[in-house]
Amino acid sequence: MIPVSSWGRLSADPHHIISLNDPSKVGEAVHKGPHPGVAHGMGRSYGDVCLNPKGTLWLTTGLDHFISFDQNTGRLVCEAGVLLRDIQRLAIPHGWILPATPGTQLVTVGGAIANDVHGKNHHVLGSFGDHIQNLTLIRTDGGVIHCGPNEQPDWFAATVGGLGLTGVITQAEIQLRRVPGPWLNTETVPYANLDEFFRLADDSETEWEHTVSWIDCISGGGGRGLFMRGNPADIGRRPEPPGRKRTMPIAPPVSLVNRLSLRPFNLAYYHLKKLQPRQAITHYEPFFYPLDNLLEWNRMYGPKGFFQYQCVVPRAVGRDAVQAMLREIAKSGDGSFLAVLKTFGNRLPVGMLSFPQPGVTLALDFPNHGERTFKLFAQLDAILREAKGRIYPAKDARMPRELFEAGYPRLSEFMKYRDPDISSEFSRRLMGS
Amino acid sequence: MKNMKRIVIVGATSAIAEHCARLWLKDRPADLTLVGRDSHRLERVAADLKVRSPDSTVRIVLADFIDPEAIQSTAENIVKQGPVDILLIAHGTLPVQTECQASLSLCRDTLEINGISPVLYAETFAKHMALVSRGTIAIIGSVAGDRGRKSNYVYGAAKGLVDRYAQGLQHRFAGSGVRVILIKPGPTQTPMTARLQSLNVKLAPVDKVAELIVKGIEAGRDVIYAPKKWQLIMLIIRHIPSKVFNKLNI
Repeated sequence: MIPVSSWGRLSADPHHIISLNDPSKVGEAVHKGPHPGVAHGMGRSYGDVCLNPKGTLWLTTGLDHFISFDQNTGRLVCEAGVLLRDIQRLAIPHGWILPATPGTQLVTVGGAIANDVHGKNHHVLGSFGDHIQNLTLIRTDGGVIHCGPNEQPDWFAATVGGLGLTGVITQAEIQLRRVPGPWLNTETVPYANLDEFFRLADDSETEWEHTVSWIDCISGGGGRGLFMRGNPADIGRRPEPPGRKRTMPIAPPVSLVNRLSLRPFNLAYYHLKKLQPRQAITHYEPFFYPLDNLLEWNRMYGPKGFFQYQCVVPRAVGRDAVQAMLREIAKSGDGSFLAVLKTFGNRLPVGMLSFPQPGVTLALDFPNHGERTFKLFAQLDAILREAKGRIYPAKDARMPRELFEAGYPRLSEFMKYRDPDISSEFSRRLMGS
Repeated sequence: MKNMKRIVIVGATSAIAEHCARLWLKDRPADLTLVGRDSHRLERVAADLKVRSPDSTVRIVLADFIDPEAIQSTAENIVKQGPVDILLIAHGTLPVQTECQASLSLCRDTLEINGISPVLYAETFAKHMALVSRGTIAIIGSVAGDRGRKSNYVYGAAKGLVDRYAQGLQHRFAGSGVRVILIKPGPTQTPMTARLQSLNVKLAPVDKVAELIVKGIEAGRDVIYAPKKWQLIMLIIRHIPSKVFNKLNI
């Protein structure tokens, strides 16, 4: 057995590992193992959806083959362990790009489907699952299910955002979208408070494909921040930025993100960014994936790891709920410099357990300080409950079960599609098995 | 497309070989011939490479790895289509040592597939390359071939055979246009080492190993250790006196 951690590094429990290397043998590999298993790709989810202590992880990164790509239609078929990075590098030179991508491209296609990930353009193009034409699911009883929006749509809706619990995704067909090149016209606009944020968001949604904001979660609950927006740019060829990678070499003995470092960092970041030119031409990699060049940045939170708290609240109560949460966080003194605030579009999610819903989403990292951190989360949960919001499973390691059930009303419908021999720490914690 | 590099990979479905192929196609198209024993797996690799590099030519050749006549005719058919710039011989298996000790036929199979078979492939292509006095033969050996150890000495013996063979071939082609390169990967994350992975042995990522191999072949090195640290490690291992070595549990 091998100790395995997820991105939050909160645990390193032993797991049995089975590598899936040949799609035609996946059925055999997952059939009737001695322990329940769950598919595991790059392990980039923060909490426990990709973990199964003492059970089996079916490692999907060996399923890394492209199957076909039609340059005229932008239809790409690939195995589920292909990384989003490899799709972007393959497709962008041919004028195609992934329509939806999360903040890291170091995730597998299977993981992106199972967590129905979203990106900065959710208000225009929805989430990852919106662009899947069909997928292949292998069940532990040997069954093979092909599904998509027009083929067994119930299985599709269960599997998109289904956290790997309906079977092992082995293959998918993705509709890419046209893009003039790897560059974007980007703009950074400082905002002084949440009202300004919402005004900027409203103003930007029709004209800008990508919108996101960094929010200062420390300075007095005021909610100042930097609003970033971007559109694909047609500017021909120019030299690409050098992809210099740095690695966080070790996990420091204590979190580098702490009460001492946060305030000066946030102050400096806000003011330095404000000085930079508002408009720029930015390569897609630093724009979409700002942290991918700092490999293993999750180590900076020290040996105890960190939590991410990402929730969405309906638009009508969005301002007040976010304000209340920021106030609690500022009061606690804990918080992150990776605080992100973004509005989602008014579209229904594809999956029964998909996270995005109309409203505004707030994401923050917190170093793991045990009780102190859980106390803060309980206060944030109370605000969230009141606002009828929900927490993103891909980021979660601790939400209370009643909050999960209240946030995901299609849960009981979803349970019918679960594979009885698939289980994760998350599913045991919040679904009972 | 003309002027494409002609690359032949024997054992093309091996993870290291496949990652080398991806790197060869990354910057410019090439003419690839994938030689293997399983048509289904070869097709999977070929389809992937065609998506990555639509302008490349990717051919599949089903072949026998043991029978000398079959190996010879496979090589002749490939060479008929034009001279080969790079031949990469990459096939192999890694059995459990104790199972080799228990079964003579597994012992023989291991020696054949990891030792004799690569030599036969190299030898038959060498004949053609000698005629045109150009081409590169790159053979994947292993750090296990540097010194016999109780944990994998049958596999190690086969790889040691490849080592000595490559040395001789280098001698034969010294000063000619034919290059012979011996590659010695350390334990690498591939399906072949799945058992080691489950024992939590630290393994090198396959894409990094492939990158070192492709760069080393480009630079025309005689011997490529991948990752490089294994050169130093094996230098030490080779020089430990037997009296000491045989007491070590490695």
